Amino acid sequence: MGRFVARRLLQMIPVFLGTVTLIFFMVHVLPGDPVAAMWGDKAPDPAQVAAFKHEMGLDKPLVQQYFDYLGNLLTGDFGTAMDHRKVIDKITAAFPVTMRLALLAFAIEMVLGVAIGLFAGLRRGKAFDKSTLMLTLLLISVPVPVLGFVFQNVFATQLKWVTPTVQDSMNMGQLVLPAVVLGSLSLAYVARLTRTSIVENIKSDYMRTAIAKGLPRRRVIGTHLLRNSLIPVVTFLGTDLGALMGGAIVTEGIFNVKGVGFELYHAINLKEGATVSGFVVVLVLVYLAASLIVDLLYAVLDPRIRYA
Amino acid sequence: MTTVIEKAEPADRLTPGTPLLEVRDLHVEFKTRDGVAKAVNGVNYSVAAGETLAVLGESGSGKSVTAQTIMGILDMPPGRVTAGEILYRGQDMLKMSNEQRRRIRGRKIAMIFQDALSSLNPVLSVGYQLGEMFRVHEGASKKEAKAKAVELMDRVRIPAAAQRVDDYPHQFSGGMRQRIMIAMALALQPDLIIADEPTTALDVTVQAQVMDLLAELQAEYNMGLILITHDLGVVADVADKIAVMYAGRIVETAPVHELYKNPAHPYTKGLLRSIPRLDQKGGDLYAIKGLPPNLYKVPSGCAFNPRCDAATDLCRTEIPALHQVLDKDGAELEGRRSACHLWKETLHG
Repeated sequence: MGRFVARRLLQMIPVFLGTVTLIFFMVHVLPGDPVAAMWGDKAPDPAQVAAFKHEMGLDKPLVQQYFDYLGNLLTGDFGTAMDHRKVIDKITAAFPVTMRLALLAFAIEMVLGVAIGLFAGLRRGKAFDKSTLMLTLLLISVPVPVLGFVFQNVFATQLKWVTPTVQDSMNMGQLVLPAVVLGSLSLAYVARLTRTSIVENIKSDYMRTAIAKGLPRRRVIGTHLLRNSLIPVVTFLGTDLGALMGGAIVTEGIFNVKGVGFELYHAINLKEGATVSGFVVVLVLVYLAASLIVDLLYAVLDPRIRYA
Repeated sequence: MTTVIEKAEPADRLTPGTPLLEVRDLHVEFKTRDGVAKAVNGVNYSVAAGETLAVLGESGSGKSVTAQTIMGILDMPPGRVTAGEILYRGQDMLKMSNEQRRRIRGRKIAMIFQDALSSLNPVLSVGYQLGEMFRVHEGASKKEAKAKAVELMDRVRIPAAAQRVDDYPHQFSGGMRQRIMIAMALALQPDLIIADEPTTALDVTVQAQVMDLLAELQAEYNMGLILITHDLGVVADVADKIAVMYAGRIVETAPVHELYKNPAHPYTKGLLRSIPRLDQKGGDLYAIKGLPPNLYKVPSGCAFNPRCDAATDLCRTEIPALHQVLDKDGAELEGRRSACHLWKETLHG
């Protein structure tokens, strides 16, 4: 187990370096000159542009910029954005917001998804099961922006339960609606995955044994059926936590949540190399950590899996 | 109602010979998209304390369905009991509530399944799965349950039980896993154990060990045992009496040695002839011609008639009753019955 973790941590190094490299050069391939864009429609003063580029180190050859960036990154310096704010400050401001949003969405999809999937699986072929299959399919096929705007319209504009956009990005109460929208797609997947897994496992020999042992139904389902059925669901949920963090761009845009997606969206528009790289690097780290935790959890849930 | 069962406990061990379990005229069918499959068509048998009944038959003969109906673990639907009674200590279990039946399951009547690997839960330790019996039925604490699990594992002779109690099913060999299944069935010292092909999935050498262990424990606790099998070799050593099933009916019952010596039904005869024998090495193996009947469309008359060499017009039209078998002098042979119109000819040849 210890060796497995150590090896996985070592494997993160090349993944980390690869991602940083890829993102750095991709941002530079984007068309347009970010510095000239700061002058808007007016013609920029060449002298001022040159001075600014020199100050930001943008006049150096690209390869040298890359190594400078990498060197700084390894010492924990994420660089400075073109608005002279430290990238690290933006990260520490935005990540807690998205973390809250993602965890809220995660909790919703996990609790509701597993519960719905369990009941649908136990009542296979009945009305609840059929409507679950239909509604989840609908949820999967509706694009997130559409769902976001529909929810915004219904719950904020019509019913006035919440404000259309989030006023205070750190307020959990205000984040509920965006979290529902963010988690809806995965909720559908979790419900379907759980249902399929339950349906498969309910016919298994060990379930027959559990019943033959005279265990109460609650125990047969809660201990014997769920423990086995949730293994694939946990795998999905684990990788999804990373995806929720990075995938909140659209949702954060719709509800004006000042989180990672919001910052990233603006940074990409402005071709802010340092900001984009910084945010993506942290996202990659979160993703890697989440998948490591999933792999470890997998071994806890299924003793047949052993890491050497 | 449960109290009635529990009241029976002081007199716990019935006097030998009194039936512990009696199946009367049991009918079970399965409703599927293809029609109604009549899996069990009027089965009667009984087991007394300390007695071993072997139920013999091919796949699809209804032997496992009968057992699952007794246990109350038949999938319903598609399964359905259409008639009959299952009397446990005189009470019809088919009329009991789910909760009453649950209390009997595992505690009074336990079951051992064929494939121990798939029948044990892969993600729970064997100690947990054994201990669960004590925790659920006797309210034991986790610690007590674990100690009792170790005791049980010792009882079925699993080496180093104390060290292995936290291991998972996949870490044991096939024979050891089946011992764990036996331990689980034995945990609360039930009155009756139903073993559904307990040795089929095991190596021949291990089969004998497991069978011996089961027989030994049965004798020690004076339990009734229903041994479901298609292996005539297993039966000979341990059974007291045999019920041969075909197409959901019992076609012959007899004390074990008499059945081997002198079968009273052509199907039993065929089964016995199809056992490979060392002294016939090199020759073709005997096989009963034809295939087991389609349960959606059981042949009219005696279900075995299309495969029987001796079949007459009577066999093709009338379902034979389970006749009391008589010896040459016309005296009743105890416990011997045959569902063949021509039992006399079959027996006395």
